[in-house]
This record gives sequence, structure tokens and C-alpha cells, in this order.
Amino acid sequence: MTALERQLLMGLNGDEAAAYAVKQVNPDVVAAYPITPQTIIVERFSEYVANGLVETEFVSVESEHSALSCCIGAAAAGARAFTATSSQGLALMWEMTYIASALRLPIVMAVANRALSAPINIHNDHSDAMGARDSGWIQIWCENSQEVYDACIEAWRMGEHPDVQLPVMVNLDGFTLSHTLENVMTLPDEEVSEFVGERRFMRVRGHLGEADFRLDPENPITMGPLDLPDFYYEHKLQQVEALKAALRAIPEVDDEYHRVSGRRYGFLHPYRLEDAELALIGLGSTMGTVMHVVDELREEGVRAGALKLRVFRPFPEEALKEAIMGIPAVGILDRAISFGAPGGPLYMEVKTTLYEEEERPILVNYIHGLGGRDTTPDLIRAIYKDLDRARARGGAEEKVIYAGVRG
Amino acid sequence: MSLEKPSWRELPRGAVPYMSSAEYETGDWGVSNPSIDLSRCTRCTLCHFYCPEGAIRMGEDGYPQVDLRYCKGCGVCAEECPVKCIRMVEKT
Repeated sequence: MTALERQLLMGLNGDEAAAYAVKQVNPDVVAAYPITPQTIIVERFSEYVANGLVETEFVSVESEHSALSCCIGAAAAGARAFTATSSQGLALMWEMTYIASALRLPIVMAVANRALSAPINIHNDHSDAMGARDSGWIQIWCENSQEVYDACIEAWRMGEHPDVQLPVMVNLDGFTLSHTLENVMTLPDEEVSEFVGERRFMRVRGHLGEADFRLDPENPITMGPLDLPDFYYEHKLQQVEALKAALRAIPEVDDEYHRVSGRRYGFLHPYRLEDAELALIGLGSTMGTVMHVVDELREEGVRAGALKLRVFRPFPEEALKEAIMGIPAVGILDRAISFGAPGGPLYMEVKTTLYEEEERPILVNYIHGLGGRDTTPDLIRAIYKDLDRARARGGAEEKVIYAGVRG
Repeated sequence: MSLEKPSWRELPRGAVPYMSSAEYETGDWGVSNPSIDLSRCTRCTLCHFYCPEGAIRMGEDGYPQVDLRYCKGCGVCAEECPVKCIRMVEKT
């Protein structure tokens, strides 16, 4: 049987796809607090626990700060730990996100992306995860439920890679993915177990000698105490190098996952870019709409293409350059605002990546979809049209455009 | 504090300290140290228990001994001593 024939087609929304993947991984600890639109993930998972389908210790905590703290404690003791959150929940975890990555704990967290308050809004945008972009986590962004399922399996191996040892955030658009039923091909349980294997530990030289990096009374080490100016900076550089190592490790894990599942995603997914004159780059579910519009525009003779970015941290500069160099005009879709900045978070990264290149494309930043504002095919068409005007003019009139907002 | 300072490559990963925290001799942070008049000390042990740094130990003779390598000079011992036999003396 081929890899695909062994798989079961299931109807799952994005949250259920995350819960089902994590059920198959069977982690030691899940600690979570409910928040819309993530709640289904932990609801489903707590059913798996109640029905005895996993061996996981499920910890019902009193806040998201506690949820991630609990995962940090569990992972430090050697457990595989998972949590999930959204919006204010991720904001409340903020200080712990930096601790999880600095302690090099390969926790996996699903984030059903939702707008940040105020005003309160339960719908999708990327401001929650973009607020955590500097926290030292690997960030995977999903376009559909299939990608959520696959990412929630691959994430363990990416984070636990011996050269990496970092937490991983799997992002799925709130409601658009979290609550929308889709077809998902799922692997047999035993293939997932075999793929994730046992958690691997780094070796460290603690003050009593070399030991596995975990809290073990027989081989004690101390994690994260006072470091002061003598050592702190060096520890930060190690995190920089770990994220660089992730750029090498992620394709390795992808290759192996491809052998098991027949699916691979890489850092990014170029779509009809070969001879494109116009391209849009973006993250998440919007890219499904963008690719649909690309097909329509191609029918009409417009040389449009798209680039879906799957990995935002570490930022895949080389792969990005390779994919878009030579395209005259590139639009960057940002579903978040970086207040006071020259543009949206993705725009700034793309622009920085291209600065050293001699022949740079025209870049225009399109902010869209804040607080769940619908990004329709018509809006994407209008964006391509605007981008084409910038191309014809030889430059953007305005660098940052707030698409779909009432003027 | 004399330290051999390794490069980031040699430093243990995961925010693991390079050395035991006992080697961070924090006694040089303070501006004063306790001076104990042992002739008035009742050996009640309160200074030992109150010291936030664990820098006061009770010796075999039952009298407190201050480990100046770790005393930050906070003065909690002097404040709590029921017979007021501990005096904070500014370092010169």
C-alpha cells in the first residue's frame, strides 16, 4: 500500500485536526485554559483523556499564564507538553513564552489566531502571534486543516531536533480554519508514534557534571537562574544559533514526514510564479483565496502568482529570495499592524531580506482582514489591480495600503 | 570573583549556569555588614532563620557566624535581634 492508501479521510475543522494530531502523538502533559476560538482543541482533547484514548495528564489550569508555566515545568522534567491558546490568552502567556524558548523546551502550542483587545473581538487576525514573533519560538502558519494536522505532528520533531531544542507555535486562523470543516487525510496512530518517536534531550554540563537537559534528582542541573552580565548575552546568542539551526532541521523533518505521509510543505509554497509579473506573499488561510484569484487572473491573461509562507520564524530569507527575485512587483499581505512601524510585520521582513539585492521588486504592503474583516476574492482582485498600477508606474504611490477599510 | 569566561559555544545551553550559584559571591553588593556583640547574644537563632541569604549559620558553640561572602548587608538580622546585639557597620 502506498503512504496515501494507508491514510483515513476524516472531516475535521482546524481545531479538531490539531486535537486529533496531538491525540496520536500522545504527549505526557496537556495544560490549557479555554478561549475562543481555540476551545475546541482542548475540549476534544479532554474527551480523549476522559475516554482513555491517550495516556496524557490533562491539567485544568486557572489561566493561560499557568497553562504555559505548567508546560514549562513538565517539559523541564522531561515530558512532552502541549497547550493551545488564542489572542488574550497568548498575551497573558507573554513572559512565559520567552522563558520556554530560553530554557530550550520543545513545547508545542497551537494558536487559533484571533484579534487582540481592545475593542474586544473574537475573530481572526494575526496580531496575537505577531506579538510573539520575537519570543524565540518557531512559528508555523497553516492554510487549511490538513496543514494544521500535519504541522501538529511535525512540530514535535522540529522542536526536538538535537540542534534546535525550541518550542514551536502552530498558527491557524481563528474561525476561518478553527471552526470550518474540511477533508483531512490522517495517518494511522502507529505511524505517528513511530514518526515522533521518543523525546530527545540535549546534553549539558551542569555544575555537577554532564547530564541530560531535564530535571532529574539523580543528575541534578539548574535551569535559568541568575545569569548576570557575565553569561546572559552568550545564552542569547545560543538561541540565535538554535533558530538558524532550525533552518537546516525543518527541511530534514519535512523530508522524513514526506516519506511517511506523501506530503511536504517546505518553508514556503510558490504558486504560478515562474513567469509572474505580480505576486502576493502572505500567511495562513487568505492564501487559499489568493491562489483562487491567481487562477482567475491567469485565465484573463494577467501574469499573477502567489507565495504562501509557511515558516515565519526562523525567517527563510534565502528561500524567499529564490522564489521572488525577478518578479517586477510584489505585494505583501499583513493581517496585523505593527503600530508606529514602517509597515506590517511580514512586509518589514521581506523588505529587509531584499535590501542587499541589486534588482529589487517594487514592494507594496497590504494590511487586510483585521478583527475578522472578510478578505474576499474581490478584495484580492482589487489588490492585484493596485499592485499592477504600482508596477506600471514604476513604484508604489503609497507603501502601506489598508485594504478593505472604509475610507 | 575570578571567573573563567567561556564562549557561547562552550557555555551549557538551556540557560544552565556555567557554575554553581554558590560561586556568585554576593557579599560585595552591600554597603554594610553586621557586627555581633557575642557577650550579649542569647543564642536564640532568630538571626539565622531571618537571614534571607542564609549567610548566618549557628556555630558548634551555639553562636551565630556571618559568612561575609554572601551577606548583602540588608540589616534584617539587626532589626530582628531581640536583644539588639547586632549592629550594622558601614564598610570602609
